[in-house]
Amino acid sequence: MKMSASKAMVECLKAEGIDTVYGYPGAAICPFFDALLDEENTIRNILVRHEANGGHAASGFARMRGTPQVCIATSGPGAVNLITAIATAYADSIPIIAITGQVATEQIGSDAFQEADITGAAEPFVKHSYLVKDANEIPRIFKEAFYIAGSGRPGPVLIDVPVDVQKAMIDFSYPKSVKIRSYKPTIKGNFMQVKRVAKALKNAKRPLICIGGGVFASNACEEVRKLSEIMDIPVITTMMGISCFNDEDRLFFGMIGTHGVKSANAAANDCDTLLLVGARVGDRAVKTPLALEESTTIIHMDIDPAEIGKNIGTDIPLVGNAKDVLSQLLEQVEPMKHDEWVEHLEKYRKPRKFPKAKKGTVDPRQFIEKLSAAMPADTTVVADVGQNQIWAATSYKLKPGGRFLTSGGMGTMGYSLPCAMGAKMACPDRTSLQICGDGSFQMQFMEMATCVQYGVNVKIVVMTNNRLGMVRELQDIGFNGRKVSVFLDGSPDFVKLAAAYGIPAMRVTDTRSMNKAIDALAGEDRLMLVEVCVDEDAPTL
Amino acid sequence: MKHTISVLVENHSGVLSRISGLFSRRGFNIESLAVGPTENPEVSRITIIADGDDHTVEQIEKQLNKLIEVIKVKSFRPSDCMARELMLLKVSATAEKRQEIMTICEITESKVIDLTVNTMTLEICDKYDHLVKFVSLLEPYGIVEMVRTGTIAIQRGNETITK
Repeated sequence: MKMSASKAMVECLKAEGIDTVYGYPGAAICPFFDALLDEENTIRNILVRHEANGGHAASGFARMRGTPQVCIATSGPGAVNLITAIATAYADSIPIIAITGQVATEQIGSDAFQEADITGAAEPFVKHSYLVKDANEIPRIFKEAFYIAGSGRPGPVLIDVPVDVQKAMIDFSYPKSVKIRSYKPTIKGNFMQVKRVAKALKNAKRPLICIGGGVFASNACEEVRKLSEIMDIPVITTMMGISCFNDEDRLFFGMIGTHGVKSANAAANDCDTLLLVGARVGDRAVKTPLALEESTTIIHMDIDPAEIGKNIGTDIPLVGNAKDVLSQLLEQVEPMKHDEWVEHLEKYRKPRKFPKAKKGTVDPRQFIEKLSAAMPADTTVVADVGQNQIWAATSYKLKPGGRFLTSGGMGTMGYSLPCAMGAKMACPDRTSLQICGDGSFQMQFMEMATCVQYGVNVKIVVMTNNRLGMVRELQDIGFNGRKVSVFLDGSPDFVKLAAAYGIPAMRVTDTRSMNKAIDALAGEDRLMLVEVCVDEDAPTL
Repeated sequence: MKHTISVLVENHSGVLSRISGLFSRRGFNIESLAVGPTENPEVSRITIIADGDDHTVEQIEKQLNKLIEVIKVKSFRPSDCMARELMLLKVSATAEKRQEIMTICEITESKVIDLTVNTMTLEICDKYDHLVKFVSLLEPYGIVEMVRTGTIAIQRGNETITK
């Protein structure tokens, strides 16, 4: 069918089942926005207040839906603003499609107004990118982009479309299949390797499973649970793996890492066989991989062969999609018991005791723990970056069906509100709870307007201590207490700020107000903000 | 240790920048890089000489394979392949030195491709070590300018990169 390339781009999105996009317009992307208007009943554009937040919202949406999602920006500054979101998605293997406008083809390379070489600039952070030079290529490129973003190890794909290309007329038909000779992810595991893994697990006296974000990417949470249950193997997670495994399971021992919990780190130290599933052994998860590989039989399961042997030496590598490989493994294993090992790990579990909080503040960990007990089971918790992230990761006790999202790899401040917004739009029936600090909140609070405009109910929790707490703590410990540039003086009154947006808000300063706020957060599904005053010297762990 | 890595890529614009970018951002050292078309006009072949231990080379191969436009990556052991490099070299040569330089050319199987009153321009195609030797032989006369292509390599016998 003959149509404009911009209309064809919209048809491509429709064919991919896209119903929401996060875009910020500008001159070079106007033909595409104009074509979107014709389909506004099928695809709604959410006008975010900053391009990076559009990318983070698409990321939150994609993580909840499990399919690639779309963000849009104009050329030059719009596209460049998007880079933070693209890099954040790349670090956590989240499938997003970034569509950017570009100056007209004949202007490329002339330093035209709002021209930026975005395919060049974003190259280190994309799984793949396209600069569309021929409008007739659009259907193939879109089909490939969605396939590449969502298959194998997922990741962001960028499509840069010059404004004249958007206006061209093309003969449109959407390809049914993709043919890329050089891209064939390994899905099934090698049979002999699967057998070796089964044998190693059978022979292990102190086996342990460590799961990462890859388990979500391949939707393999149930397979992990089965393996753990049948073989009686304790489970720990990386930060990206949180909520993949039931927090209340007797075999669950928490999050590993420099900011992880004692029971998880002790389990990693004491195990004799470690099965890593969809976890890349990042430096914050495993500080001393060399020591671990020397004392432990390492089995590394990942869909990306480049992750195997990159950060930790591996005894048994197993390349494939976690869901498929674990299903293959489940056919090979028999019930086992590891009572002694599990009992040994039980010793490391300690009930948390919270010190009495300073007047006018509450303990952030206690607040989050109490909050988690009250929230609906299927709450999506989105933590930002900094102390708030670790408080949320280690103190929020997820119930079955809960989900935890955060920027794990890149550690991007300002991720949580747009991500929580995208997560809410992807799953309107689930409560979306955002937790951030007063530092990160000031990198993203403009998105409160987007939430108001489109009626997106996010429960916003801002932990205020008038500090960049994580850096403050680092300066206290590592720099002899020489605190520099961590004081957030001049911050607004967040309750009043929310009120300016018409968002109901309350402040927590003591046990009474804490209980009131928790009731409100756990109650009616609505857009609201709670400011939690915490001690400026409150520790991360 | 030096490694010879051959890479087949889709002949798209931007591929070379993806590959060179990958090397620099992952801290891999490139000694030389040569690129050109193959028997298939849609496919280009890149030969990279990289420096690093076995772990580094394994990572280079794996990371290259992740690039969508990379069709095939193969690293060759020196004994498995024949490698050549082309060099053009301009050397100071007055009339009385010409004969000496001609003798060097004869022995090294290089050619004189241009001649002026005070310079000679030579062409040599050989393996890396021989080029080093060639340069050292000509240094005493005064090297005015030198340009090299970077190494290209192909496997011995019936072996090819794709099988």
